[in-house]
Formats: sequence, C-alpha cells, structure tokens
Amino acid sequence: MSTEDTMHNNEHDHEHHGNFWTTYVFSTDHKIIAKQFLISGIIWALLGGALSVIFRLQLGFPDMDLTWLKPILGEWIDMQGKLDPEFYLALVTMHGTIMVFFVLTAGLSGTFSNFLIPLQIGARDMASGFMNMLSYWFFFVSGVIMFISLFLETGPASGGWVIYPPLSALPQAMSGSGLGMTMWLLAMALFIVSTLLGGINYITTIINLRTHGMTFTKLPLTIWAFFLTAIIGLLSFPVLLSAALLLIFDRSFGTSFYLSEIYIGGEALPNIGGSPILFQHLFWFLGHPEVYIVLLPSLGITSEIIATNSRKPIFGYRAMIGSMMGIAILSFVVWAHHMFVTGMNPFLGSIFTLLTLIIAIPSAVKVFNYLTTLWKGNLVFTPAMLFSIGLVSYFISGGLTGLFMGNSAIDIQMHDTYFIVAHFHLVMGSAAFFGMLAGVYHWFPKMFGRMMDAKLGYVHFWLTFIGVYLIFFPMHYIGMAGFPRRYYSWTNFDTFNGFTDLNMFVSVAAIVTFIAQFIFLFNFFYSMFKGRRATANPWKSTTLEWTTPINPGHGNWPGDIPKVYRWPYDLSKPVNEEYSKKLSEKEIQEMPDFIPQSVPFSKTPETNFQNENELIALEKEENKAIVVNEEK
Amino acid sequence: MFQVVIGIGILLIVLILFMLFRIGTLLDVVKGSGQKTVTKSNKVNALLFFVFLILGFGSIFVYSYVYFDDYNIPLASEHGADTDFLFWVTMVITGVVFFITHILLFVFPMKYSYNEKRKALFFPENHKLELIWTVVPAIVLSILIFSGLKVWGEITSKAPEDAEVIEVMGQQFAWTPRYPGADNKLGEFDYRLISVDNKMGVDFSDEGSYDDFIPREIHLPKGKPVLFKIRARDVIHSVFAPHFRVKMDAVPGMPTSFHFVPTKTTQEMRNETENPEFNYELACAEICGRGHFAMRMIIVVDTPEDYEKWKSEQMSLVAQNETLFGLVPDDKKELAIIKGKVEVKEEVVTESSEEEIIETEENLEEAQASL
Ligand code: HEM
Ligand SMILES: [Cu+2]
Ligand SMILES: [Cu+2]
Repeated sequence: MSTEDTMHNNEHDHEHHGNFWTTYVFSTDHKIIAKQFLISGIIWALLGGALSVIFRLQLGFPDMDLTWLKPILGEWIDMQGKLDPEFYLALVTMHGTIMVFFVLTAGLSGTFSNFLIPLQIGARDMASGFMNMLSYWFFFVSGVIMFISLFLETGPASGGWVIYPPLSALPQAMSGSGLGMTMWLLAMALFIVSTLLGGINYITTIINLRTHGMTFTKLPLTIWAFFLTAIIGLLSFPVLLSAALLLIFDRSFGTSFYLSEIYIGGEALPNIGGSPILFQHLFWFLGHPEVYIVLLPSLGITSEIIATNSRKPIFGYRAMIGSMMGIAILSFVVWAHHMFVTGMNPFLGSIFTLLTLIIAIPSAVKVFNYLTTLWKGNLVFTPAMLFSIGLVSYFISGGLTGLFMGNSAIDIQMHDTYFIVAHFHLVMGSAAFFGMLAGVYHWFPKMFGRMMDAKLGYVHFWLTFIGVYLIFFPMHYIGMAGFPRRYYSWTNFDTFNGFTDLNMFVSVAAIVTFIAQFIFLFNFFYSMFKGRRATANPWKSTTLEWTTPINPGHGNWPGDIPKVYRWPYDLSKPVNEEYSKKLSEKEIQEMPDFIPQSVPFSKTPETNFQNENELIALEKEENKAIVVNEEK
Repeated sequence: MFQVVIGIGILLIVLILFMLFRIGTLLDVVKGSGQKTVTKSNKVNALLFFVFLILGFGSIFVYSYVYFDDYNIPLASEHGADTDFLFWVTMVITGVVFFITHILLFVFPMKYSYNEKRKALFFPENHKLELIWTVVPAIVLSILIFSGLKVWGEITSKAPEDAEVIEVMGQQFAWTPRYPGADNKLGEFDYRLISVDNKMGVDFSDEGSYDDFIPREIHLPKGKPVLFKIRARDVIHSVFAPHFRVKMDAVPGMPTSFHFVPTKTTQEMRNETENPEFNYELACAEICGRGHFAMRMIIVVDTPEDYEKWKSEQMSLVAQNETLFGLVPDDKKELAIIKGKVEVKEEVVTESSEEEIIETEENLEEAQASL
C-alpha cells in the first residue's frame, strides 16, 4: 500500500495539473472545499448580521426615518420612511434561516468537518471527493435561490424560520407565503441534499479511512464531535425534508396535511382534518437536533483548542465523548419542549420536561470538564483560546436559562418572549459562532500557511465578547417583562411600553458589534496574503494535521501517512520515576511539553507510564510486519 | 454634502487605523516578539477577564436590583403565584451556578496564565470528581423537574365544573370573545358558517347560541375559575395574558383551552401599581402575519357582583344584529326572542345599540389605520 501511495503522491508534489476551474472551483480536494464553505459562510454571516442590524434599528429607534435605506429596500420603506411591518417579519425570518442553516450548519460543519477530518485522522482525502464537491455545489445553488428570494416583489418567506403552517401555507395570510415561501422550500430541499451528501462522506471517512493505529479512542474530540454531528444530521434532516414535502403538497396540490377549518380572505377553505401541530412535531424533530448540529462541532473545536492552549490534556476525555453521545441521543427525544403551549396533551408535556432537563446533565459535565482543564494549566491566550473561553461562558449563561424554558410550568409565561431570544442566541447562536471563530484563528495557519494577526484578534475578541453580552443579556429582562418576540413594535400595549431606552441600548450594541466584525474580515483577508509565514506547528499541538507540510498539497502528506501511537492529549506529560532520577532538573525543564500522536512510545521512555512501556514491544512487531509486507 | 464629509471622515479613520496596524506589526518583527509563544499580551488578556468579571457581574447585579420593578409584571392569577415561585427558585439555583462557574472561568486565566518555569498538571481524569458533578446536577434537576411537573399537572388539569366559560377566537388581527350567556352554554359553531356578520361562525340553529354575546372587552370575575376555550379562524395565534401568566396557542381546526383564577380586580391593580390608567391586556404570542404586534384586547377583572351586573347588561347576538336573527330557523325564532331578549318592533335598532355599533365601527377603522 505504502509504495503505491508514495508514488501517487510524488506525482502530486509537482502540484497544479488542473486548470483554475478544477483546482479552485470544482475542486474535489477537501481543503479547497472547506475553504469554499468557509468563505460562503462568512458572506452569509455578513448578510444575516446586516439584516439583524436593520430590524434592530426598527426596534431600538422606532421613530427613525429610514428613507436612506430606500435604495436597498425600495418599496419596503414607505413614504414616511417607515419599515413595512410585513417586511420586518421577512427580515427576522431570513436572518434566522441564514444564521442557523447557512452560517452555522454549512459554514461551520462544512468548513471544519471537511478540513479537519482527513487531516486529523490521517487520510489523503474524503471517502468520496466527488460527493464532497457536489455537497458544496448543492449548498451554493440553494444559497443562490434563497438570495434571489430576498428581492421578490412579494418578499421572501416571512413566517419565522420555523415556517409554521397555515401561515406559511397560505399566500392569503401574508405575501411572503407566496413565491417567497416556495423558493424557501426549494432552497431548503437542496440544502438538505447538500447536508446529507456531506454527512455520509464524513461518517464513511471517519469509519474507514483512519490511519494505522488511529483507533476510535485515539481520535481527537473534534473528530468525535463531527462524527456525531453528521449522524444526527443524517437522521434528522430527512424528517425536515418530509415536513417540507407535505407542506409543498398542501400549498400546491390541495392536500390537507396541515390545514383544517380555515376561513381566510373572505372564504372558507375546503381543507378539513389536517393538523398544524403535525408540522410542528416534524419540524422540531429536526429543529431540536439542529441546535446540537450547530453546537457540537463548536464544542469539539474548543475542546481541542482549550487542551492545546492549557498545555494540559482535556479533562475526562471519555466523559467528553460520553456526554456528546448522551447529547446526541437525547437530542432526538426532547423536541416537543418547543410545543408546551400548543395545546399538545399535557401528559406529553410532562414527559418532555423530564427528558429536556435530563439533557442538561451531559451539558453540565462538559462545562465542568472545561473548567477542570483550565485549572492548573499553563494558559496561552491565543485569539482561538480567548474565543473558546468565550464560548464556555456563553454556553453556561445560555444553558442555564434553558432550565427555565425546559420546565413546562415556567415556559407558559416565557414561551415566545424575548427571554427565549436571549436564551438561544447565547447558547446556540453566539456559542456556536465563537467556536467557528476560534476554529478559524486556530487552523488559519494550516489553511493558508500564514498567521492571522494576534493583536487584531484580541481586539476583535474583546469587542465581540462584550458586545454579545450587551446585546443579549438585556433581552432576558425584556423577556421577563413579557415582551413577545417577532413584534414590529410594542407601543400598542401599555404592558410592553417600557424599556425603550434599553432597546435603544441593545440596538447600539448590536451595531457596534457588527462593525467590529470588520476587524476580523480585514485580518482574515489581509493575513491570507500578507500575514506572517506560519511555522509547521505554531501552537505546539499534538494532532496529525501539524505533521503535514506547511502548505499541504492534494493528498496531504507527501510521503507515507504517519502512524498513530497515542491519544491526542499528551501535553505536559510528567517524567516518570525512573527518569526523574536519571535526568537533571535542567534537562527536564527543556523537554518539550507535548508529544505528537505520531511519536511512538519507544521514542519517549522518559514519560511513558508502566503500561505504555509494554506497548513498545507491540510497536516493534508491527513495524516488522509492515516491512515484510512491503517486501512482498 | 454632509454625507460626503462623513464618508471622508470614516475613510480617514480607517486609513489611520491601518497605518497604526502596519507600524505595530513592523515593530513586532523588529522586536521579534512574533516568534515567542507568549508575549505580554498574555497577562493583559488574563487581567481583562478578571476586569470583565468584576465590572460585568457588578453591573448585572446592580441593574437587576435597581430595576426589579420594571421587569416584574404584577401578578394577578392563582397559578401564576406557583409558576413565579418556580421561576425564582430556578433563578436562585441557576444564579448560584452562574456566578460560581464564571468566577472560576475568569479567575483561572489570571491564576494560571503562562509561565515558562511552570509545567501544567497532567490531570486526565478523576472518576470521583466526575461522579460528583454528574450526580449533584442530577439531584438538583430532579428537584426542579418534580416541583415543575406538580405545578404543570395542576395548571393543565381539568377545569372545575363551575368555571366561567369564555370562548376566545383569534383571527388576523384581532381577538373575539364570546360568552355563553344566561344558559351557560356556548352555541355550536362551524367555520363554514362564517360571514361578515357571523364572524365566529356561530350555528344559530343551536338553541345554546341565542343568549350568546360578543362584548368588546373581556370581563372576568375576581376569585372565580375562568375557562378560556380557544380557537383560531385563519392561522395560528396565541392567547397571551401576561399578568395572569396565561399562554395558549389558538390553532385552526384544533380547539385548545386554559383555565385560571384571576385574583385582583382591575381597580385593585390600579391602586397597587399607582397607575390609574392600568389595564390588563391580551396579546398575541405566535407570529400570525402583518398585524401580529397589534392584536390587543383589554381584559377587565370585576368583583363577582359587578361581573354579573355587566353580563346581564350585554345584548345577545340575535338581539344585536338582525341578520343573525334572520339565521335562526323559523320554528326556533320564538325561543330565540325569549332567550336572546330580542325586541320585536319595527325599528329593531334601539338607541343604545346604535351607539354601540357606531363605536365599534370607529374602533375598526382605528385599528385598520394603525396597521
Ligand atoms: C449581530 C448579531 C445578532 C443580532 C443583533 C440578533 C438579533 C436578533 C433578534 C433581536 C431577533 C428576534 C427578532 C424578533 O423576534 O422580532 C433574532 C432572531 C433570531 N436570530 Fe438573531 N441576532 C444575531 C445573531 C444571530 C446568530 C449568530 C444566530 C444563529 C443561531 C441567530 C439566530 C436567530 C434566530 C434563529 C432567530 C429567530 C428568527 C425567528 O424568529 O424566526 N441570530 N435575532
Ligand atoms: Cu429544542
Ligand atoms: Cu400573532
């Protein structure tokens, strides 16, 4: 096997066979595809963020004259310079859809699963490069359709990112439920195809293409996270597809899956017997796992970054895997906690309260493990590390408010208020976003062979970290005061008439935080071309991707793929008793504080534990066997 | 002109920032600090976490304390006392966890920031610790779950027999309440019977409907159980009465319900909040289209005596609207006249109802104008 591979790769050392199109556009190289996902994700994030700035203007400054937005928004700004209430809903809907699916599912999983899976498990590429390429291009087309829908005269889909029928099924109910909704459904169908193509690839690659010695218990936590994420996606996205299909039938072919006893636009519709609640069950059967699809990759990424920059093994490696598995399984049986007040059978509500609060346990374990990893570490605050710590903070803050919403009795009051907006923006939005940013800062050197500027990274982190809290923390208070979400304005109600200054404050914070992201953008694109050149292993990391050349070509390793001998967290491993007597203080001081996964135990007698010394004999035998094989 | 100046200003600022950035990186190269793993920034960042801890938590604490009344909606229902209690118990528990974990999270950076002379502790696992922090949250969560479920069970139990039944229907973009009248029976409805006059689709061949009435505000008796029977005409809405801690979706084709006991009259609440203008309100909490944010209805809580008095003053649907009376089958007209207190004169429209109709129309116009 080895010789063949080497030959194959010698060929690739002289890079650039293909033309521009096959190398950078229709590429099957996982690294290029990852960058395509990343850049697309960044563009979508900017758009999604910009939409939120517009509706935050409306909420914070309801009297503001928005005529200056007319060149972009056209008829959606009326003669008095007011935003159209229906377009407000369109903005919220598109913001949610873009952020959840295009940025934090495709942009996050697509980028890092693609980039890291082959590099960290020691594979030359994904199991199917072609499917991988298709996955990106399905996503791309889906994005184009969604983007075009923004400019329809009747507006894009506007019924909320959860598109509950009948609102989303009936164009009479709101204009966004016309062509805009059709395009939303089409775009999402393509998006699901993309996710499934990607997911199948991630799973098969991780199962089949691990390098010699890379057992499942030696996989970095990133890979575990991507693996479980892909499985969740594979099981839940088809359900969304079927929900969408039934909705398409109801919209276009006169079926009554979700419609019953409706009188609208001056006429009684013939549909009887359908159930809008059925849609909600189907939607949240994806929708809840979706929040973990968004979050788990980020948790994997930060586990890796926190361990590396604490110069310490991640605490409770097995517990981390266990809790991720727990979360993955439980995420399928909590969906109805989004539906406590839909009139669903109250007994079901009790069951889902129970299950929901159980899922808090593995989440708590993860937090404690992060904290213990930091404890007595030797902490290096790279920008990636800062963002990872930020993630832990948001995960705690947002996770804790989950205990309110998950408790059906309390949820009666909090449901669909700004309390939930605060909750999910912290725990899923901001936490996942920070994981993504941390990942970019951390693996940028591997992606582009250059370093991002650390100082700009610090400024970006502090502005964003504080900014996010300033935006979302006040929303808890607004929510406790009962302010309902998806409201164009609250002035119609005496009860919701306060907090104008706080809303203004939140909007200003949102705008500043949004602008701060341009620091990142500048850093990203500038460093890509002009950044300091990276060294081979800038963060002194143990995982396999840092054993590749600084700019890995197609196939990743020019020679043989390295073998793996140990788990990925041999950081600050102590010198064993035998050697602490033999070596001088100074020698011990000067030993590197990390041992890459590809270093065999026979090379590190100083730090081996007793049982690891026994493995050395095995290593030797295996090497012999391979030599014999190759001679054949 | 003004815009141009602003534009140039922004451009200049960006340019200056860029120059500063270039100079900074060049200096770094000269000093060679880019090569070191750890620079002075490490200490600065660690310190900033600590500052964030003090200032951030300080302001959260102060804000929560000073503005307590602003974000606490006064309470006016029996079950609301239980859910509020649960809310605050959860708040205390999560608050403690929030502060402890964050103190650790932000103090560790200061305490353990990088030092070349120190080595991190190799501490890959400790089963005892892990067991503790699995079991302790599990116990605390069980307490929360079971106290929550108890309250939930009570709230969602069957409504008491003597509850005042009120139908609430959501439509784009208004609420319509219907009272069963003296017979305590709501007349049947069918969505195919809906028309401009009969906006709730009441079936006037059902005798229960003859004394049903549709008021302009919802009135509730203090201290008596009230049962909302909730439905929707077009899309999903959600009945949200924040002071009563009531929320329940209104779903087309699937009637829902919610029962509760109001504990304070509107007048009492006015005194309590020292706001003579105070009114209980009903809002919509599920996105339902353009006017979602404007589905307001006033709820008035009366003393039981005032409530009965108010009820007896309301005019039944058949008495109020000739067209609706026309929908009553001929053989039941007699009954409708008696039950609905219909005045059978040539001029059906009495003075008071004329006034009311005009007012309603004005209201409608107002509502439409505000959209
Ligand atoms: C610049 C940062 C952001 C700001 C200022 C912001 C603000 C908001 C606000 C105020 C709402 C509620 C609007 C309403 O209910 O009327 C909202 C909705 C939402 N946001 Fe964000 N958001 C931001 C970033 C994100 C991110 C990173 C995510 C990723 C998960 C996200 C996901 C959502 C979702 C799913 C909704 C619900 C949409 C719906 O109601 O249908 N947002 N956002
Ligand atoms: Cu959920
Ligand atoms: Cu609504």
